[in-house]
Amino acid sequence: MAETQTLRQWLLTDTPSSRRHAKLSAIYQGWLSFRSNTMAMIGLWILILLVLVAFAAPLIAPHDPFVQSLGNRLAPLGTEGHVLGTDSLGRDILSRLIYGARITLYIVALVALIAPVAGLLVGTVAGYVGGWTDTVLMRITDIFLAFPRLVLALAFVAALGAGIENAVLAISLTAWPPYARIARAETLTIRSSDYISAIKLQGAGPLRIITKHIWPLCISSLIVRVTLDMAGIILAAAGLGFLGLGAQPPSPEWGAMISEGRRFILDHWWVATMPGLAIFTVSLAFNLLGDGLRDVLDPKAGE
Amino acid sequence: MMGTLLDVENLWVKFPSRNGVFDAVRGVSFTLGRERLGIVGESGSGKSMTGRAILRLIRPPGIVEADQISLDGVDLMKLSEKDMRAVRGQKISMVMQDPKFSLNPVMTIGDQIIEAYRLHNSASKAQAYQKSLEMLEAVSIRDPERVMRAYPHEMSGGMGQRIMIAMMLIPNPEILIADEPTSALDVSVQRQVLDIMDKLVKERGMGLIFISHDLNLVADFCDRVLIMYAGRIVEVCDADKLHDAQHPYTRGLLNSLPRLDMPRERLEVLQRDPEWSVAPSVSARS
Amino acid sequence: MLEIDNLNVWFGKHRDRVDAVKGASFVIGQGESFGLVGESGSGKSTILRAITGLAPLWSGRMIVEGQLLDHQRRKTFFKTVQMVFQDPYASLHPRHSVDQVLGETLHLHGFSDIDARVVKLLDDVGLGQKFRFRYPHQLSGGQRQRVAIARALAPEPHLLLLDEPTSALDVSVQAEILNLLADLRASRGLTYLMVSHDLSVVGHMCDRLAVMKDGEIVEVLTVDALRATKASHPYSQHLLEASL
Repeated sequence: MAETQTLRQWLLTDTPSSRRHAKLSAIYQGWLSFRSNTMAMIGLWILILLVLVAFAAPLIAPHDPFVQSLGNRLAPLGTEGHVLGTDSLGRDILSRLIYGARITLYIVALVALIAPVAGLLVGTVAGYVGGWTDTVLMRITDIFLAFPRLVLALAFVAALGAGIENAVLAISLTAWPPYARIARAETLTIRSSDYISAIKLQGAGPLRIITKHIWPLCISSLIVRVTLDMAGIILAAAGLGFLGLGAQPPSPEWGAMISEGRRFILDHWWVATMPGLAIFTVSLAFNLLGDGLRDVLDPKAGE
Repeated sequence: MMGTLLDVENLWVKFPSRNGVFDAVRGVSFTLGRERLGIVGESGSGKSMTGRAILRLIRPPGIVEADQISLDGVDLMKLSEKDMRAVRGQKISMVMQDPKFSLNPVMTIGDQIIEAYRLHNSASKAQAYQKSLEMLEAVSIRDPERVMRAYPHEMSGGMGQRIMIAMMLIPNPEILIADEPTSALDVSVQRQVLDIMDKLVKERGMGLIFISHDLNLVADFCDRVLIMYAGRIVEVCDADKLHDAQHPYTRGLLNSLPRLDMPRERLEVLQRDPEWSVAPSVSARS
Repeated sequence: MLEIDNLNVWFGKHRDRVDAVKGASFVIGQGESFGLVGESGSGKSTILRAITGLAPLWSGRMIVEGQLLDHQRRKTFFKTVQMVFQDPYASLHPRHSVDQVLGETLHLHGFSDIDARVVKLLDDVGLGQKFRFRYPHQLSGGQRQRVAIARALAPEPHLLLLDEPTSALDVSVQAEILNLLADLRASRGLTYLMVSHDLSVVGHMCDRLAVMKDGEIVEVLTVDALRATKASHPYSQHLLEASL
């Protein structure tokens, strides 16, 4: 029977034959329903492209992003050798965008690692333990939520010093409270469900219940939320860069590039517009991806 | 039976899915007169889908197909969505399993009934209020004035279901479709709700389609019973003769029920014959 | 096996306090099958939750296998007492496969030969190996309930609390599950405490039963007495009438 089965049938089976088979089959079915969402696929392709570009930056960038050529400054679009023109110091904008993809990815990855994890920890503990723990943790969350995001990030960067790592840290610190709220709300509904009661009757402790039973259910909605928030995070990082508190020159961070181009925006619009378009495209890609992921991962829509 | 109210011929409900088309209802035909028609079956037998398909309440991607669903000579399949809205409620009403999900939680019961009444009749507020009180009395609600001021969450399950029935009966429909109207209720309340439905159906000469998984309840309450399995009607019989039913599926269902008056060591387990789901649907048209 | 004496259970405190069970007392002998019957809100499920520690606010005495219970439940307790929940669609973790559910339970109870035991448990509840790696959404209601029963049996308990184990199932599936429960009781010498609103189910499964109304036990009688319509309390008679 195994020979006549195609890989597709094997993956779509309702009767998995091993742990690995069951996992692969579940992943494949998720992939199929994700793939049917065209917009999400577009988002995914853009992001894959971004990752490839970031990794292969030295290979595909036509110029060194840091080499200045003052004689060739502010060259317009389509100049020979500089497809997207050059900036005020004569650096090739395309090359800077390509290298900037690395910085953007770096920011995105770090924030995506720190903020949701912190939110998940705080939210699930608060939701599951309840009582005083809940009150204290959620009031702290409220305090963070009460500040405008960029202002709080500004304050952190001002205290920690300007730089890309500190910008990431500041953004993460301002980004976790919404995740904590989501995680807590989910935990409250999961906590009272029969399957949690059932595992309690097997003598499982709170640590096991939170990490093995509540987290897997919270994580999917957090992933969706993080992907949807990514656009905002990229913009916040760009905003900090624009204000001169994020990446420092000459680093080719997209926000900082816009900031530099601002001075010439009337006569040499492309200098600020090109990095703006890059930010726009990546933000949009994350939003599309998040929408698609929600359809696949949201347990409520599953059945 | 006096005349035919509803004539359903060759009704199909299909759901396209990744692994091909799933047929929830497969070629069901029946007629309804001024009677109480029971549809019994297990979950997934297509009984609820049949009820919803008559009102064209199947959501996309589900597809309803039928040679005809005619109500007083009008084929419901050919009506526009707008005309269909007039049929729903006005001519055919539906009572669902759980009243909690059918009532608006932030409006008082009174406001909801009055609104429903004025939607279908041109009446002044005072007239509508009077009429609503009468409706609540008709479903044996004591102290209807107090209930009119109450919110849905203050009602017990049985009360809520009676209110739903009252609301469904306001436009004086010709047909009432009741989908498991008593499954969420306790046994003692169940009886009361059924009695009320019975009385109203008889007094108004309505046709009732009573969808349930409970064989004994249907046998007690209805005039005629359709037994559905895997989207088809496998047997049609008079309700009082249900216990002499012939089809092995019906027999199997009856025998698998534990009975207080007949203690047994083991319950009989239904042996499903794949033949049942491929055999053509029995027609219940007259 | 189980002795409940003047048990009170309540929820909330002060003005919001709701008394769900008031002064309930009954005794279940070793190997007996005892039913709790009542309508929704009568407090029958709450008694089970108090025994298992899921309803923490209670007073009175509960004795399981000679051990007086306090408000803390230990692991050894769960090796003696297990519970099957009402709704098989809600009692299995949606992201855990059957193998994970049973494996984790066995792991928590400190068994070492987990693989062999999972195989055995699945056979015992009549599911077989092909169900081992399925997720709940790939199972029917009856199959899920079998998994839930297997989970409850995993620690090899002596007392099984059954909270309306078949009320969410079709009658033909109900028959299969009730037969399975009867077989398991016979082969493992289990004691059952079964909660149901359906007198005929309790009549089929149990030896004795208690009728509950508004948090109080109004009558304890044998099923034979019930069949012979010898129930003395008017409420029991009323229930009996409604289900015949």
